[in-house]
Amino acid sequence: MESASSNVIIDKPKKVEEKAKRRSSGNLGTVFKKELADQLSSSRFFILFFLIMITGAVSFYTAVQNISGASAGDSEFVLVKIFTIGGNSLPPFTWFLSLLGPLVGLAMGFDAINGEQNRGTMSRLLSQPLYRDDVINGKFLARLAVLAFMTFALGGFVAGMGILMTGVGPTAEEILRLLIYLVLSIVYMAFWLALSMLFSLVFRQTATSALGGIALWLLFSIFVPLLAGMVADAVFPVNDQTPAITQLHNIELKQGLARLSPSTLYSEASVTILSPDVRTLGPVLAEQASGAIMGYLPLGQSLLLIWPHLTGLVAATLIIFAVAYTLFLRQEVRA
Amino acid sequence: MEQNGIITTVELTKTYGDIIAVDHLNLTINSGEIFGLLGPNGAGKTTTILMLMGLTEPTSGSLRVDGYDPLRDALEVKRIVGYMPDNIGFYDDMTGRENLRYTAWLNHFCGDEAEARIQSLLEKVGLAESADRKVKEYSRGMRQRLGIADVLLKDPKIVILDEPTLGLDPKGARELLDMIKDMGRKEGKTVIISSHLLFQVQSVCDRVGIFVKGKLIAVGKIKELAARLSSGSSVIEIKAEPKERLTDVVKSVAGVTETEMEGDMLLVKGDGENLAPRIVAELAARSMAVYHLRIREYSLDDIYRQYFQGEEVTPSGISKL
Repeated sequence: MESASSNVIIDKPKKVEEKAKRRSSGNLGTVFKKELADQLSSSRFFILFFLIMITGAVSFYTAVQNISGASAGDSEFVLVKIFTIGGNSLPPFTWFLSLLGPLVGLAMGFDAINGEQNRGTMSRLLSQPLYRDDVINGKFLARLAVLAFMTFALGGFVAGMGILMTGVGPTAEEILRLLIYLVLSIVYMAFWLALSMLFSLVFRQTATSALGGIALWLLFSIFVPLLAGMVADAVFPVNDQTPAITQLHNIELKQGLARLSPSTLYSEASVTILSPDVRTLGPVLAEQASGAIMGYLPLGQSLLLIWPHLTGLVAATLIIFAVAYTLFLRQEVRA
Repeated sequence: MEQNGIITTVELTKTYGDIIAVDHLNLTINSGEIFGLLGPNGAGKTTTILMLMGLTEPTSGSLRVDGYDPLRDALEVKRIVGYMPDNIGFYDDMTGRENLRYTAWLNHFCGDEAEARIQSLLEKVGLAESADRKVKEYSRGMRQRLGIADVLLKDPKIVILDEPTLGLDPKGARELLDMIKDMGRKEGKTVIISSHLLFQVQSVCDRVGIFVKGKLIAVGKIKELAARLSSGSSVIEIKAEPKERLTDVVKSVAGVTETEMEGDMLLVKGDGENLAPRIVAELAARSMAVYHLRIREYSLDDIYRQYFQGEEVTPSGISKL
């Protein structure tokens, strides 16, 4: 680029040692540490944490109230049932987390980049000897660590209280199912975190990026499932006389469209992993069900059922983060 | 090209769409000097600085900062250059000391070494007492001083300050400029100050470069620029009694080419400063009472107006003689 336009030749740049060139700036850890401290000391974190803890406690309380009736004569999988059983008026723990999880992710990321730009700290930070990768990776990883910490604290709290209150010890499988559920929740929140960080790069104002994130959250958790039903009904109209095959198409299309939303993916996956009695996620015909023996699905089979969901969520998170990463690396600091 | 140019740009150009922010800039800044990058807002000063720091990619042209190409070896450049952006920002919820500590860590100073450096710099900029208060409680002047400490933390070879005195009261600006002067003169750092406030930086800079619309239109010592502008002739203002005879008497002095009355002053143009003793002698010989005589020199402001607005100016506003 330089030789193309200038006819004046200036001295060759100093050679930086090849080894030194490939060496990392060593500042990922510094950014990570600083961001982690920022997150943990912010009042935002405490508000979110207590909000989640309170909903966790409430849903746990109703679950314990109702578990005796629900699992009469069936003392298997008590621990995981605490997470999926709701009361008459209160939805279960999984519902709360699927609702509040995105909010936590959004709240952590929406001002990650533009907040620093608006305060004028970004150009100061970038003029220090560190790579831009360190900045965005450090920010993302620190927030991810906080999310993981929050989720495991919450899951541990509810599970621990559950064991204490019901007096039923968990099996290894239950603990595994619970861990997978928590990891799944972290991935889901990481998706929203990556999305809100992307928005904080695209939009200059923190308010705009927050609103953008909330709009997308509403779209994915409310409107996509609604729209999926409407589209499916328009393509395959269903009434009393409709043949079974059209009904099947209707359901399949509806489900396929709804699964475009990460909220749907997460809800389906969390129900499957926490309720071993969920045997399939698609429609079942009467002849397929006839003769089937009712029972619990082993962990491996449950995992197999949600594997596409999990990979889909991880892939979506990675793609969004990659877009944000590329944008950030290419973004120019402007006068 | 001078041998000791620590910063060199060759045909450096940056465009944003149709707007040319920096237009074929050829600039050499010598090691150890205090260089003033002057120009109105939007002249391309900040863009030039951002390219020097490797924060913005040039559209064409090339540049070297202490031998490094900021595009390829951004990290090396950032190790040796301390940059204070205009409207410098700090993390408001952290104390001054914590803000500096973060910068120290990013520059791989840690532990006691970092703490000692931070403390000595805080003392140097006069913030030792408020170091453990949160930055949101700081005044504008304190923020700027913290910015100076932040820049010096990495012990840079080159210091770039973008509009350092903006928004400061005269006293604060004075203190800051003294600090900058020390930085250049005592510690031998190369300092680049960008500013549109000429009077303030005039006293500090060894050389200045004047930017207008992305172009560097003049570069050199302030005196040289003034000399170039006035082409050697300065204007003498005289107040003497009786007024009626003044013009005639002055005109009779050899070397006087033009005169003009401005209020009760007579402005004389001709051979320049050497005229003054001759005029005084002549006035004395005619027993006139001289109340005032001054040689008007081009101030930076005149230079500024001349170059910036393309205005026809002569010293201190004689429009046409």
